[in-house]
Amino acid sequence: MRLEIPIVLVGLSIAFAPVCAAQKLELRGKLLLTRGVSSLEGAGGGALTPWALITGNGTDRGIGATAHYDYVTVNDYGLTSYGAAAGLYDRFEVSYSRMTLDTRDVGAALGLGQGYEFAQDVWGVKMRVAGDAVYGQDTWLPQIAVGAEYKTSNRDGLVQALGADESEGIDIYVSATKLILAESLLANATLRYTGAHQTGLLGYSDEASVQPEFSLGYMLSRRLIVGGEYRFKPDDLAFAKEDDFLDLFGAYAVNDTLTLTAGYVDLGEIATVEDQRGLYLSAQVGF
Amino acid sequence: MKTITLLLAALLLPLGLARAEPLPGEQPVDPYEVSNANAGADPFEGAALFEAFNGEAGIGRVVDDMVDRNLADPRIKDIFAASDLVRLRRTLKEQFCFILNGPCDYTGMDMKSSHADHGITNREFNALVENLQLAMNTEGVPFRAQNKLLAKLAPMQRDVVTR
Ligand code: HEM
Repeated sequence: MRLEIPIVLVGLSIAFAPVCAAQKLELRGKLLLTRGVSSLEGAGGGALTPWALITGNGTDRGIGATAHYDYVTVNDYGLTSYGAAAGLYDRFEVSYSRMTLDTRDVGAALGLGQGYEFAQDVWGVKMRVAGDAVYGQDTWLPQIAVGAEYKTSNRDGLVQALGADESEGIDIYVSATKLILAESLLANATLRYTGAHQTGLLGYSDEASVQPEFSLGYMLSRRLIVGGEYRFKPDDLAFAKEDDFLDLFGAYAVNDTLTLTAGYVDLGEIATVEDQRGLYLSAQVGF
Repeated sequence: MKTITLLLAALLLPLGLARAEPLPGEQPVDPYEVSNANAGADPFEGAALFEAFNGEAGIGRVVDDMVDRNLADPRIKDIFAASDLVRLRRTLKEQFCFILNGPCDYTGMDMKSSHADHGITNREFNALVENLQLAMNTEGVPFRAQNKLLAKLAPMQRDVVTR
């Protein structure tokens, strides 16, 4: 494993140490699946988009954390993501994720080299500001959170050569999540202010815009939820068209530690190669 | 003392306050106003949910199973150490039956006053929900029907959780 995860964990322990000392923190306590899974960019949420839920099993009196590994394989690319996130008091979340796009043969075709990789580090923070997705069943008010993701590409120079203005940038988002228990549904809407090309893997434009992202899930049991997501994306890279992302997923909580997710993803056109559809697999462990 | 209690009971009964004489097997409680509003949720319409729970007998089994699981659950069993379990089972059955639109009235206390002294946390609340889910699974209540009842109970978290 790379160095970032240990650094994140050390950072988290330092950040939370005073809190732990001040009050005895409870571990675990959320209901199954109500911590969400991990998004590619590391925040607690669906697969493609952050939700207003806070990661980890900690309640308002506790702390929790998760780690994830995602593997996506589409026609001409591989995409992996791994990282860790922590939730504090069911209110704050910090996350780190390393996303890597393996260009396989496309890399060679573009003259970058066989299996050339674009990667980015994503540092996220999220704060829950209103509502309760689970208990607020008698009100229309969803759980609302605001968050930010700071992303740095490992290809400073090249992404600019491909047309990006910057190799790093910040996304800011607001998410609203609602469990509609009476209908066994979970719904999320996120608005993301971003200038990222392909989530930031191909750098950033100085011109940011607001992009909506939606998730809808239907619970089949307290362990299993199936659904889909749609993520609008900007399309302002001159050399290649960029499409919206969508997925269809099933997430299964094996227990309160392990959640497995599998699905179908359609990432559209990536770096001039169309129809990037395939498989999404993810494991998330946490407490 | 006995005369005063009886006198009080005589005075309060016309106001719809609880009987001062407890039911057989139950401990006495301080008088309170008896009302279905104490159940904390309006009942569903129609008979579908009551039937999904297999009627009063099914609700009875769900409540007994849930209470048994709570008493065996290291996360929450201590909270029930001093409870009047006969009364708790009876009032819970009434409450679920009333909310599921069965032929029952709820005669227990409201959720705020009956939980005020117990210092219940979200973690403990969720533990009870989990035990209820397992009990409903055992009874064979369809998951969708389970969630409809849980949707009625979830907002009671605001009255039940005090810590
Ligand atoms: C939505 C969830 C809940 C519902 C619908 C509910 C319902 C009830 C009812 C109907 C009563 C009896 C009231 C009476 O005696 O008049 C009661 C009492 C009680 N409940 Fe709950 N309850 C809930 C959550 C919890 C939780 C999470 C705990 C603890 C983990 C808990 C612990 C108790 C205790 C200790 C009593 C008092 C019993 C006694 O003193 O005899 N309840 N509850």
